[in-house]
Amino acid sequence: MPRMDTDVIDTLAGIEPGSALDAIRQRRPAARDQAQASYRALFAPESFGGVAVTERFAVAAFVTGLHGGAETASFYYSGLAASGASPELRRAIDTAITAAKGQGPYGSYPAGPLSRENTTGPVHRVEAETRHALGSRLAAAFDHMHLLVFHPRDAAPAALQTLLDAGWSTTDIVTLSQIAAFLTFQMRVVAGLRALAGAA
Amino acid sequence: MPDAILEPPPHTVPAVFTRALLDWLPWLEPLAVEALTERHIAGLVDAARVKSPYFRLLARDPDALRARTLTDKDIFYNSDAGLPRAERELAAAATSRFNGCIYCASVHSRFSATYSKREADVQLLLDDGVNADLGERWNAIVAAAVALSATPITFGAEHVERLRQAGLDDLAIADVIHAAAFFNWANRLMLSLGEPAAAIGA
Repeated sequence: MPRMDTDVIDTLAGIEPGSALDAIRQRRPAARDQAQASYRALFAPESFGGVAVTERFAVAAFVTGLHGGAETASFYYSGLAASGASPELRRAIDTAITAAKGQGPYGSYPAGPLSRENTTGPVHRVEAETRHALGSRLAAAFDHMHLLVFHPRDAAPAALQTLLDAGWSTTDIVTLSQIAAFLTFQMRVVAGLRALAGAA
Repeated sequence: MPDAILEPPPHTVPAVFTRALLDWLPWLEPLAVEALTERHIAGLVDAARVKSPYFRLLARDPDALRARTLTDKDIFYNSDAGLPRAERELAAAATSRFNGCIYCASVHSRFSATYSKREADVQLLLDDGVNADLGERWNAIVAAAVALSATPITFGAEHVERLRQAGLDDLAIADVIHAAAFFNWANRLMLSLGEPAAAIGA
Protein backbone atom coordinates (compact mmCIF):
# COMPACT_ATOMS: atom_id res chain seq x y z
CA MET A 1 0.00 0.00 0.00
CA PRO A 2 1.40 3.46 -0.80
CA ARG A 3 2.35 5.42 2.29
CA MET A 4 -0.61 7.55 3.33
CA ASP A 5 1.37 10.20 5.17
CA THR A 6 3.45 11.28 2.15
CA ASP A 7 1.91 13.96 -0.06
CA VAL A 8 1.02 12.12 -3.25
CA ILE A 9 1.10 15.13 -5.58
CA ASP A 10 4.54 16.16 -4.25
CA THR A 11 5.78 12.61 -4.75
CA LEU A 12 4.41 12.26 -8.28
CA ALA A 13 5.48 15.74 -9.39
CA GLY A 14 8.94 15.28 -7.87
CA ILE A 15 8.60 18.30 -5.56
CA GLU A 16 11.43 18.44 -3.01
CA PRO A 17 11.14 20.27 0.33
CA GLY A 18 12.62 23.75 -0.03
CA SER A 19 12.23 23.83 -3.83
CA ALA A 20 10.54 26.67 -5.71
CA LEU A 21 7.45 24.54 -6.30
CA ASP A 22 7.33 23.58 -2.62
CA ALA A 23 7.21 27.31 -1.83
CA ILE A 24 4.43 27.84 -4.38
CA ARG A 25 2.36 24.99 -2.95
CA GLN A 26 2.82 26.47 0.55
CA ARG A 27 0.98 29.59 -0.63
CA ARG A 28 -2.15 27.46 -1.11
CA PRO A 29 -1.85 25.29 2.00
CA ALA A 30 -5.46 24.17 2.20
CA ALA A 31 -5.49 23.14 -1.46
CA ARG A 32 -2.40 21.05 -0.84
CA ASP A 33 -3.66 19.47 2.41
CA GLN A 34 -7.17 18.86 1.12
CA ALA A 35 -6.03 17.35 -2.17
CA GLN A 36 -4.14 14.89 0.01
CA ALA A 37 -7.19 14.47 2.28
CA SER A 38 -9.22 13.69 -0.85
CA TYR A 39 -6.74 10.98 -1.73
CA ARG A 40 -7.03 9.55 1.79
CA ALA A 41 -10.83 9.73 1.77
CA LEU A 42 -10.97 7.73 -1.47
CA PHE A 43 -8.08 5.28 -1.03
CA ALA A 44 -7.63 4.93 2.74
CA PRO A 45 -11.05 5.84 4.18
CA GLU A 46 -12.16 5.06 7.71
CA SER A 47 -14.58 2.61 6.14
CA PHE A 48 -14.44 1.23 2.61
CA GLY A 49 -18.22 0.90 2.58
CA GLY A 50 -19.53 -0.77 -0.56
CA VAL A 51 -16.38 -0.21 -2.65
CA ALA A 52 -13.57 -2.56 -1.62
CA VAL A 53 -9.97 -1.37 -1.51
CA THR A 54 -9.03 -3.59 -4.46
CA GLU A 55 -11.93 -2.18 -6.48
CA ARG A 56 -10.81 1.38 -5.68
CA PHE A 57 -7.25 0.74 -6.83
CA ALA A 58 -8.45 -1.26 -9.85
CA VAL A 59 -10.54 1.68 -11.00
CA ALA A 60 -7.64 4.05 -10.29
CA ALA A 61 -5.17 1.91 -12.23
CA PHE A 62 -7.59 1.91 -15.17
CA VAL A 63 -8.33 5.67 -15.08
CA THR A 64 -4.68 6.67 -14.72
CA GLY A 65 -3.60 4.06 -17.28
CA LEU A 66 -6.03 5.60 -19.80
CA HIS A 67 -4.33 8.97 -19.31
CA GLY A 68 -0.88 7.49 -19.85
CA GLY A 69 0.90 9.63 -17.23
CA ALA A 70 3.66 7.21 -16.30
CA GLU A 71 4.37 8.28 -12.70
CA THR A 72 0.77 8.42 -11.58
CA ALA A 73 -0.26 5.25 -13.38
CA SER A 74 2.57 3.25 -11.83
CA PHE A 75 1.75 4.69 -8.39
CA TYR A 76 -1.82 3.36 -8.53
CA TYR A 77 -0.68 0.14 -10.14
CA SER A 78 1.59 -0.41 -7.13
CA GLY A 79 -1.36 0.37 -4.86
CA LEU A 80 -3.40 -2.20 -6.75
CA ALA A 81 -0.79 -4.90 -6.21
CA ALA A 82 -0.49 -3.97 -2.52
CA SER A 83 -4.28 -4.06 -2.10
CA GLY A 84 -4.25 -7.78 -2.75
CA ALA A 85 -5.23 -7.88 -6.44
CA SER A 86 -4.39 -11.21 -8.02
CA PRO A 87 -1.93 -11.40 -10.93
CA GLU A 88 -4.90 -12.42 -13.14
CA LEU A 89 -6.79 -9.28 -12.19
CA ARG A 90 -3.75 -7.12 -12.84
CA ARG A 91 -3.28 -8.68 -16.26
CA ALA A 92 -6.95 -8.14 -17.06
CA ILE A 93 -6.62 -4.46 -16.13
CA ASP A 94 -3.57 -4.09 -18.39
CA THR A 95 -5.51 -5.63 -21.24
CA ALA A 96 -8.50 -3.38 -20.52
CA ILE A 97 -6.30 -0.26 -20.56
CA THR A 98 -4.66 -1.16 -23.87
CA ALA A 99 -8.05 -1.80 -25.48
CA ALA A 100 -9.65 1.39 -24.12
CA LYS A 101 -7.01 4.08 -24.73
CA GLY A 102 -8.15 7.04 -26.80
CA GLN A 103 -8.38 10.80 -26.98
CA GLY A 104 -10.88 13.14 -25.36
CA PRO A 105 -12.98 15.03 -24.72
CA TYR A 106 -15.59 14.17 -27.33
CA GLY A 107 -19.35 13.78 -27.21
CA SER A 108 -22.72 15.25 -28.03
CA TYR A 109 -24.67 18.26 -26.82
CA PRO A 110 -28.43 18.66 -26.38
CA ALA A 111 -30.01 19.06 -29.83
CA GLY A 112 -29.80 22.66 -31.00
CA PRO A 113 -27.16 25.20 -31.96
CA LEU A 114 -24.41 23.22 -30.22
CA SER A 115 -25.08 20.12 -32.32
CA ARG A 116 -22.54 21.38 -34.86
CA GLU A 117 -19.89 20.92 -32.17
CA ASN A 118 -20.79 17.26 -31.62
CA THR A 119 -17.81 14.96 -32.04
CA THR A 120 -18.03 11.21 -32.08
CA GLY A 121 -15.80 8.63 -30.51
CA PRO A 122 -16.05 5.14 -29.16
CA VAL A 123 -18.64 4.07 -26.59
CA HIS A 124 -16.41 1.61 -24.83
CA ARG A 125 -17.38 -1.80 -23.58
CA VAL A 126 -14.76 -4.05 -22.03
CA GLU A 127 -14.50 -7.09 -24.32
CA ALA A 128 -15.86 -10.49 -23.29
CA GLU A 129 -12.73 -12.28 -22.15
CA THR A 130 -11.56 -9.31 -20.08
CA ARG A 131 -15.08 -8.86 -18.64
CA HIS A 132 -14.95 -12.40 -17.45
CA ALA A 133 -11.57 -11.87 -15.78
CA LEU A 134 -12.65 -8.56 -14.19
CA GLY A 135 -16.07 -9.81 -13.13
CA SER A 136 -19.27 -8.12 -14.27
CA ARG A 137 -19.25 -5.58 -11.44
CA LEU A 138 -15.77 -4.20 -12.12
CA ALA A 139 -16.27 -4.44 -15.89
CA ALA A 140 -19.38 -2.24 -15.61
CA ALA A 141 -17.37 0.24 -13.53
CA PHE A 142 -14.62 0.33 -16.18
CA ASP A 143 -17.15 1.02 -18.95
CA HIS A 144 -18.39 3.96 -16.89
CA MET A 145 -14.86 5.19 -16.10
CA HIS A 146 -14.11 5.31 -19.83
CA LEU A 147 -17.17 7.52 -20.30
CA LEU A 148 -16.07 9.82 -17.47
CA VAL A 149 -12.50 10.10 -18.73
CA PHE A 150 -13.06 10.56 -22.47
CA HIS A 151 -16.62 11.73 -23.13
CA PRO A 152 -18.36 12.87 -19.95
CA ARG A 153 -20.81 15.07 -21.86
CA ASP A 154 -22.40 11.87 -23.24
CA ALA A 155 -23.40 10.86 -19.70
CA ALA A 156 -27.04 9.80 -19.31
CA PRO A 157 -29.21 8.09 -16.67
CA ALA A 158 -28.95 4.80 -18.59
CA ALA A 159 -25.23 4.62 -17.78
CA LEU A 160 -26.03 4.84 -14.06
CA GLN A 161 -28.76 2.20 -14.44
CA THR A 162 -26.10 -0.13 -15.87
CA LEU A 163 -24.02 0.39 -12.73
CA LEU A 164 -27.01 -0.26 -10.46
CA ASP A 165 -27.78 -3.41 -12.46
CA ALA A 166 -24.19 -4.58 -11.95
CA GLY A 167 -24.64 -4.39 -8.18
CA TRP A 168 -23.29 -0.94 -7.30
CA SER A 169 -25.46 1.12 -4.93
CA THR A 170 -26.20 4.83 -5.29
CA THR A 171 -23.59 5.56 -2.61
CA ASP A 172 -21.06 3.30 -4.33
CA ILE A 173 -21.62 5.18 -7.60
CA VAL A 174 -20.91 8.49 -5.83
CA THR A 175 -17.62 7.06 -4.56
CA LEU A 176 -16.65 5.58 -7.96
CA SER A 177 -17.45 8.90 -9.64
CA GLN A 178 -15.39 10.80 -7.06
CA ILE A 179 -12.44 8.44 -7.62
CA ALA A 180 -12.46 8.96 -11.40
CA ALA A 181 -13.09 12.70 -11.19
CA PHE A 182 -10.51 13.26 -8.44
CA LEU A 183 -7.86 11.39 -10.44
CA THR A 184 -8.49 13.56 -13.50
CA PHE A 185 -7.68 16.50 -11.17
CA GLN A 186 -4.67 14.92 -9.49
CA MET A 187 -3.07 13.87 -12.78
CA ARG A 188 -3.48 17.38 -14.20
CA VAL A 189 -1.97 19.06 -11.16
CA VAL A 190 0.98 16.67 -11.40
CA ALA A 191 1.42 17.22 -15.15
CA GLY A 192 1.03 20.98 -14.77
CA LEU A 193 3.49 21.33 -11.90
CA ARG A 194 6.04 19.10 -13.66
CA ALA A 195 5.82 21.32 -16.73
CA LEU A 196 6.17 24.43 -14.56
CA ALA A 197 9.27 23.03 -12.86
CA GLY A 198 10.73 21.91 -16.19
CA ALA A 199 10.23 25.32 -17.79
CA ALA A 200 12.27 27.13 -15.13
CA MET B 1 -36.40 -0.48 -1.77
CA PRO B 2 -33.53 -1.05 -4.24
CA ASP B 3 -31.68 2.00 -5.46
CA ALA B 4 -33.15 3.50 -8.61
CA ILE B 5 -32.59 6.23 -11.18
CA LEU B 6 -34.62 9.39 -10.62
CA GLU B 7 -36.87 10.70 -13.35
CA PRO B 8 -36.29 14.46 -13.46
CA PRO B 9 -39.48 16.57 -13.50
CA PRO B 10 -40.47 18.22 -16.81
CA HIS B 11 -37.95 20.96 -17.55
CA THR B 12 -36.32 22.98 -20.29
CA VAL B 13 -32.92 21.62 -21.28
CA PRO B 14 -30.48 24.47 -21.91
CA ALA B 15 -29.22 24.00 -25.48
CA VAL B 16 -26.53 26.70 -25.47
CA PHE B 17 -23.79 27.86 -23.13
CA THR B 18 -25.20 30.70 -21.07
CA ARG B 19 -24.46 32.99 -18.15
CA ALA B 20 -28.08 32.63 -17.02
CA LEU B 21 -28.90 30.95 -13.69
CA LEU B 22 -29.54 27.24 -14.17
CA ASP B 23 -30.88 24.50 -11.93
CA TRP B 24 -29.32 21.06 -11.66
CA LEU B 25 -31.48 17.94 -11.41
CA PRO B 26 -29.99 14.74 -9.95
CA TRP B 27 -30.31 11.33 -11.61
CA LEU B 28 -29.58 9.58 -8.31
CA GLU B 29 -31.30 10.09 -4.96
CA PRO B 30 -29.65 12.72 -2.75
CA LEU B 31 -29.73 12.12 0.99
CA ALA B 32 -32.90 13.47 2.56
CA VAL B 33 -32.35 16.61 4.64
CA GLU B 34 -33.75 14.88 7.74
CA ALA B 35 -31.38 11.91 7.22
CA LEU B 36 -28.20 14.02 7.44
CA THR B 37 -25.90 13.15 10.33
CA GLU B 38 -23.23 15.40 11.82
CA ARG B 39 -20.68 13.79 9.54
CA HIS B 40 -22.79 14.56 6.47
CA ILE B 41 -23.22 18.16 7.61
CA ALA B 42 -19.45 18.40 8.08
CA GLY B 43 -19.05 17.08 4.53
CA LEU B 44 -21.23 19.89 3.21
CA VAL B 45 -18.87 22.48 4.82
CA ASP B 46 -21.37 25.34 4.36
CA ALA B 47 -24.70 24.80 6.12
CA ALA B 48 -26.50 26.51 3.22
CA ARG B 49 -25.48 23.65 0.93
CA VAL B 50 -28.07 21.47 2.63
CA LYS B 51 -30.50 23.02 0.10
CA SER B 52 -28.51 21.71 -2.87
CA PRO B 53 -29.44 18.29 -4.28
CA TYR B 54 -25.98 18.09 -5.85
CA PHE B 55 -24.19 18.46 -2.52
CA ARG B 56 -26.67 16.20 -0.70
CA LEU B 57 -25.97 13.52 -3.32
CA LEU B 58 -22.19 13.89 -2.94
CA ALA B 59 -22.67 13.84 0.87
CA ARG B 60 -23.21 10.09 0.54
CA ASP B 61 -19.37 10.02 0.66
CA PRO B 62 -19.01 12.82 3.23
CA ASP B 63 -15.24 12.75 3.77
CA ALA B 64 -14.56 12.86 0.02
CA LEU B 65 -17.03 15.75 -0.35
CA ARG B 66 -15.54 17.71 2.51
CA ALA B 67 -11.97 17.42 1.18
CA ARG B 68 -13.17 18.23 -2.36
CA THR B 69 -14.94 21.36 -1.16
CA LEU B 70 -12.01 22.63 0.91
CA THR B 71 -9.66 22.05 -2.06
CA ASP B 72 -12.03 24.02 -4.28
CA LYS B 73 -12.27 26.94 -1.85
CA ASP B 74 -8.52 27.43 -1.49
CA ILE B 75 -7.90 27.21 -5.24
CA PHE B 76 -10.51 29.86 -6.03
CA TYR B 77 -10.83 32.04 -2.91
CA ASN B 78 -7.31 32.23 -1.47
CA SER B 79 -6.54 35.88 -2.14
CA ASP B 80 -2.82 35.75 -1.30
CA ALA B 81 -1.35 37.05 -4.59
CA GLY B 82 -1.19 34.80 -7.65
CA LEU B 83 -3.85 34.92 -10.36
CA PRO B 84 -6.73 37.39 -9.91
CA ARG B 85 -10.02 35.70 -9.05
CA ALA B 86 -11.53 36.74 -12.40
CA GLU B 87 -8.89 34.73 -14.25
CA ARG B 88 -9.12 31.69 -11.99
CA GLU B 89 -12.82 31.73 -12.89
CA LEU B 90 -11.91 32.19 -16.56
CA ALA B 91 -9.80 29.00 -16.41
CA ALA B 92 -12.75 27.20 -14.79
CA ALA B 93 -15.17 28.49 -17.43
CA ALA B 94 -12.80 27.59 -20.30
CA THR B 95 -12.31 24.07 -18.93
CA SER B 96 -16.08 23.66 -18.61
CA ARG B 97 -16.63 25.00 -22.14
CA PHE B 98 -14.06 22.55 -23.51
CA ASN B 99 -15.39 19.52 -21.62
CA GLY B 100 -18.96 20.51 -22.42
CA CYS B 101 -20.39 21.17 -18.96
CA ILE B 102 -23.13 23.72 -19.59
CA TYR B 103 -24.01 23.97 -15.90
CA CYS B 104 -20.44 24.56 -14.63
CA ALA B 105 -19.74 26.98 -17.48
CA SER B 106 -22.80 29.04 -16.52
CA VAL B 107 -21.71 29.47 -12.91
CA HIS B 108 -18.07 30.26 -13.58
CA SER B 109 -18.64 32.47 -16.61
CA ARG B 110 -20.91 34.56 -14.39
CA PHE B 111 -18.16 34.80 -11.77
CA SER B 112 -15.52 35.63 -14.36
CA ALA B 113 -17.71 38.32 -15.92
CA THR B 114 -18.54 39.79 -12.50
CA TYR B 115 -14.93 40.01 -11.32
CA SER B 116 -13.37 41.04 -14.65
CA LYS B 117 -16.18 43.34 -15.89
CA ARG B 118 -15.44 41.83 -19.33
CA GLU B 119 -18.93 40.45 -19.99
CA ALA B 120 -18.52 40.60 -23.78
CA ASP B 121 -15.30 38.58 -23.78
CA VAL B 122 -16.73 35.98 -21.41
CA GLN B 123 -19.82 35.70 -23.60
CA LEU B 124 -17.57 35.27 -26.66
CA LEU B 125 -15.91 32.30 -24.93
CA LEU B 126 -19.35 30.77 -24.34
CA ASP B 127 -20.64 31.52 -27.86
CA ASP B 128 -17.58 30.74 -29.98
CA GLY B 129 -15.74 28.29 -27.76
CA VAL B 130 -12.16 27.98 -26.62
CA ASN B 131 -10.68 29.36 -29.88
CA ALA B 132 -12.38 32.75 -29.44
CA ASP B 133 -9.95 35.69 -29.52
CA LEU B 134 -10.08 37.27 -26.04
CA GLY B 135 -6.76 39.13 -26.15
CA GLU B 136 -3.39 37.47 -25.62
CA ARG B 137 -3.43 37.18 -21.81
CA TRP B 138 -6.83 35.51 -21.73
CA ASN B 139 -6.03 33.46 -24.85
CA ALA B 140 -2.95 32.10 -23.07
CA ILE B 141 -5.00 31.15 -19.99
CA VAL B 142 -7.70 29.48 -22.10
CA ALA B 143 -5.09 27.60 -24.18
CA ALA B 144 -3.41 26.37 -20.99
CA ALA B 145 -6.74 25.17 -19.55
CA VAL B 146 -7.55 23.35 -22.80
CA ALA B 147 -4.13 21.63 -23.02
CA LEU B 148 -4.45 20.49 -19.41
CA SER B 149 -7.98 19.22 -19.97
CA ALA B 150 -7.23 17.17 -23.08
CA THR B 151 -6.74 13.43 -22.59
CA PRO B 152 -3.91 12.57 -22.98
CA ILE B 153 -2.77 15.82 -21.32
CA THR B 154 -0.91 18.05 -23.81
CA PHE B 155 0.13 20.85 -21.41
CA GLY B 156 3.87 21.50 -21.58
CA ALA B 157 6.71 23.99 -21.37
CA GLU B 158 5.33 26.01 -24.32
CA HIS B 159 2.15 26.76 -22.37
CA VAL B 160 4.13 27.82 -19.31
CA GLU B 161 6.28 30.07 -21.50
CA ARG B 162 3.25 31.67 -23.15
CA LEU B 163 1.72 32.38 -19.72
CA ARG B 164 4.97 33.98 -18.57
CA GLN B 165 5.11 36.11 -21.73
CA ALA B 166 1.56 37.20 -20.91
CA GLY B 167 2.77 38.47 -17.52
CA LEU B 168 1.91 35.64 -15.14
CA ASP B 169 4.39 34.75 -12.41
CA ASP B 170 4.86 31.15 -11.30
CA LEU B 171 2.29 31.36 -8.49
CA ALA B 172 -0.26 32.69 -10.98
CA ILE B 173 0.61 29.88 -13.42
CA ALA B 174 0.15 27.35 -10.60
CA ASP B 175 -3.27 28.94 -10.00
CA VAL B 176 -4.20 28.43 -13.68
CA ILE B 177 -3.10 24.80 -13.41
CA HIS B 178 -5.12 24.18 -10.24
CA ALA B 179 -8.24 25.98 -11.46
CA ALA B 180 -8.30 24.03 -14.74
CA ALA B 181 -7.41 20.75 -13.02
CA PHE B 182 -10.14 21.25 -10.44
CA PHE B 183 -12.78 21.77 -13.11
CA ASN B 184 -11.89 18.47 -14.69
CA TRP B 185 -13.00 17.02 -11.36
CA ALA B 186 -16.12 19.19 -11.04
CA ASN B 187 -17.25 18.86 -14.68
CA ARG B 188 -17.23 15.06 -14.51
CA LEU B 189 -19.40 14.99 -11.38
CA MET B 190 -21.92 17.55 -12.63
CA LEU B 191 -22.13 15.97 -16.10
CA SER B 192 -22.54 12.39 -14.98
CA LEU B 193 -24.76 12.53 -11.89
CA GLY B 194 -27.53 14.79 -13.18
CA GLU B 195 -28.43 17.43 -15.73
CA PRO B 196 -28.93 21.18 -16.04
CA ALA B 197 -32.32 22.78 -16.40
CA ALA B 198 -33.46 26.32 -17.17
CA ALA B 199 -34.28 27.87 -13.79
CA ILE B 200 -37.98 27.99 -12.99
CA GLY B 201 -39.27 31.49 -13.66
CA ALA B 202 -36.07 32.55 -15.46
